[in-house]
Amino acid sequence: MARKISMRQAINEALDQEMTRDPTVIVMGEDIVGGMGGEGEKDAWGGALGVTKGLYAKHGDRLMDTPLSESAYIGAAVGAAACGMRPVAELMFIDFMGVCFDEIFNQAAKFRYMFGGKAQTPVVIRTMVGGGFRAAAQHSQMLTPLFTHIPGLKVVCPSNAYDAKGLLIQSIRDNDPVIFCEHKNLYGIESDVPQESYAIPFGEANVVREGKHVTIVTYGMMVHRAMDAAAQLAKDKVECEVIDLRTLSPIDWDTVLDSVENTGRLVCVDEAHPRCSIASDVSAKVSQEAFKSLKSAIQMVTAPHTPVPFSSALEDIYLPSAEKIAAAARKTMAN
Amino acid sequence: MSKNPFPLDKQGLLEAYRTMRTIREFEERLHNEFAKGDIPGFVHLYAGEEASGTGIMMHLNDRDRIASTHRGHGHCIAKGVDVKGMMGEIYGKAMGSCRGKGGSMHIADLSKGMMGANGILGAGAPLACGAALAAKFRGDGGVGISFVGDGASNQGMFLESLNLAAVWNLPAIFVVENNGYAESTSRDYAVAVDSYVDRAAGFGLPGVTVDGTDFFAVYEAAGEIIKRAREGGGPALLECKMIRFFGHFEGDQQTYRGKGEVEHIRAQRDCIKLFSDKVVEAGVIKRPELEAIDKEVLKLIDEAVATAKAAPMPAPAELLTDVYVAY
Ligand SMILES: Cc1ncc(C[n+]2csc(CCOP(=O)(O)OP(=O)(O)O)c2C)c(N)n1
Ligand SMILES: [Mg+2]
Repeated sequence: MARKISMRQAINEALDQEMTRDPTVIVMGEDIVGGMGGEGEKDAWGGALGVTKGLYAKHGDRLMDTPLSESAYIGAAVGAAACGMRPVAELMFIDFMGVCFDEIFNQAAKFRYMFGGKAQTPVVIRTMVGGGFRAAAQHSQMLTPLFTHIPGLKVVCPSNAYDAKGLLIQSIRDNDPVIFCEHKNLYGIESDVPQESYAIPFGEANVVREGKHVTIVTYGMMVHRAMDAAAQLAKDKVECEVIDLRTLSPIDWDTVLDSVENTGRLVCVDEAHPRCSIASDVSAKVSQEAFKSLKSAIQMVTAPHTPVPFSSALEDIYLPSAEKIAAAARKTMAN
Repeated sequence: MSKNPFPLDKQGLLEAYRTMRTIREFEERLHNEFAKGDIPGFVHLYAGEEASGTGIMMHLNDRDRIASTHRGHGHCIAKGVDVKGMMGEIYGKAMGSCRGKGGSMHIADLSKGMMGANGILGAGAPLACGAALAAKFRGDGGVGISFVGDGASNQGMFLESLNLAAVWNLPAIFVVENNGYAESTSRDYAVAVDSYVDRAAGFGLPGVTVDGTDFFAVYEAAGEIIKRAREGGGPALLECKMIRFFGHFEGDQQTYRGKGEVEHIRAQRDCIKLFSDKVVEAGVIKRPELEAIDKEVLKLIDEAVATAKAAPMPAPAELLTDVYVAY
């Protein structure tokens, strides 16, 4: 039965259901329980933004708070995955990935291939991404393209509660390492989510709005801004098709190409920096595979090539807005 | 006039008091302003921990460099960073220390030897090694000081830095500000050894533990270590055991703390109160002299908040400056 719950609750429920189903699923991270070793309450935090709260009461020691040592515990999660466990390790902010990156891109990502197919590494790294939180340069980045660049990694970034639950369950069951990116500004957003467990296959984009004039391809928080832009444009009789990629590796080229073949126009929207981004990747693929369908130049709307600024006045113009997306779509219509 | 039993003359004592009071007032004020919803982002307050930063920084000059933490306001003030610029930064204004681009977690002033608060825990330790290395090459007697919390003391970057500093015999000092918690997790859960002196010894460094609520204990221990480093004696670790008055960050409900813990420490182990009582009881300073400083500090912070609130936001063009590629 579906009911409205937030993305925060949906992620919590996915973890709960998978931990109940499969005893090899363990969860670790900094303060994912909270209050360890102290005199006050246990489960005091349930993660920095409360996503894992309540799981400790049900699953006890299968939730492990870690010392502040990302290389060690992310690496341990990778090692345990290679030895039969299904760890879900939380890295509080994707910005901290620099601390433990080797364990992900040289170890987890490469085992299966480098060992001739004889290893599997079913580890999930859950991590917060994105801006709009006034969290400044080291707590706001959208580093998804760093991970899509690496063969062997799967990269997921849901835009809503329903997808978050189904994609997290799929991530846990998947036998490859998955970087599961949770946009910190979407935790509170509610949608209809079935109580029962379900998995959403990787590599299946979602057409969240159909339209015949312009295709907008995006993911994460930008899906909501693209939808706002589409609503604005609809008033002027411009019909946008909005595609939520949902998973960035693997990526659903078919849905993107089919759409552009219909509309002939493309706007790629990415909260990441412009160079070597998901937006530039999609743009390159479409110009290669659907060049003849294009009626105008592909447009990209991304964050600028700068770190994330702190001041609200600057962060607000740093992030791609619905207005910028709409302007880009109009530009594709102009020629 | 009674004889001064302290390692600082009256001038120095008043200066130490002013620094600690300024930090306290700054942080208490931010706590209140945050509650009103006026301050964006993550704010980590140093209130309760003033004696540590102040006792150490009293020995430093502008050519000595420090690498701070996410809880950096106290380090900044003690290192001489302009208080109004700091407040402006926290409000995200153009007149801020970093022109509104960094915020609370990234306040820096290289001209004062303040290499930045840091959002990445442990990342400052290698930077302080670099500062120490530069000082060593210049031969100017400068030191590099890294601050980490008990939590960040478990970070590989920190532990590797201890070894590097020892191997290169750097004028580097590692201050572990042990306030008993990393976010909601107690130190005892996350740090396997009881003593940081033991941990330092394992890396070939001398280590000292002091009561970080006792300004004089910090001041004296830091003085010896810094002097030794300046003279080529190499790195050392200083653990300051201290207390965090507020939550991990503003908004933290702190249910992980024991009942009455905060009230107790505020009443019994307030480093500023301990300092004031000592200097007054010894007859070196009179209460009204301290109260006069309190008034000046209050005025400074009032002005800093008013200035920051009234100041303009950064101009939109600022978004694309200070980075080598505009795209
Ligand atoms: C590399 C990294 N990991 C995790 C965090 C999140 N985080 C911020 S502060 C903190 C706890 C810090 O504890 P401690 O080092 O004891 O300093 P304190 O806050 O007590 O001053 C954590 C886990 C971070 N900012 N950077
Ligand atoms: Mg601490």
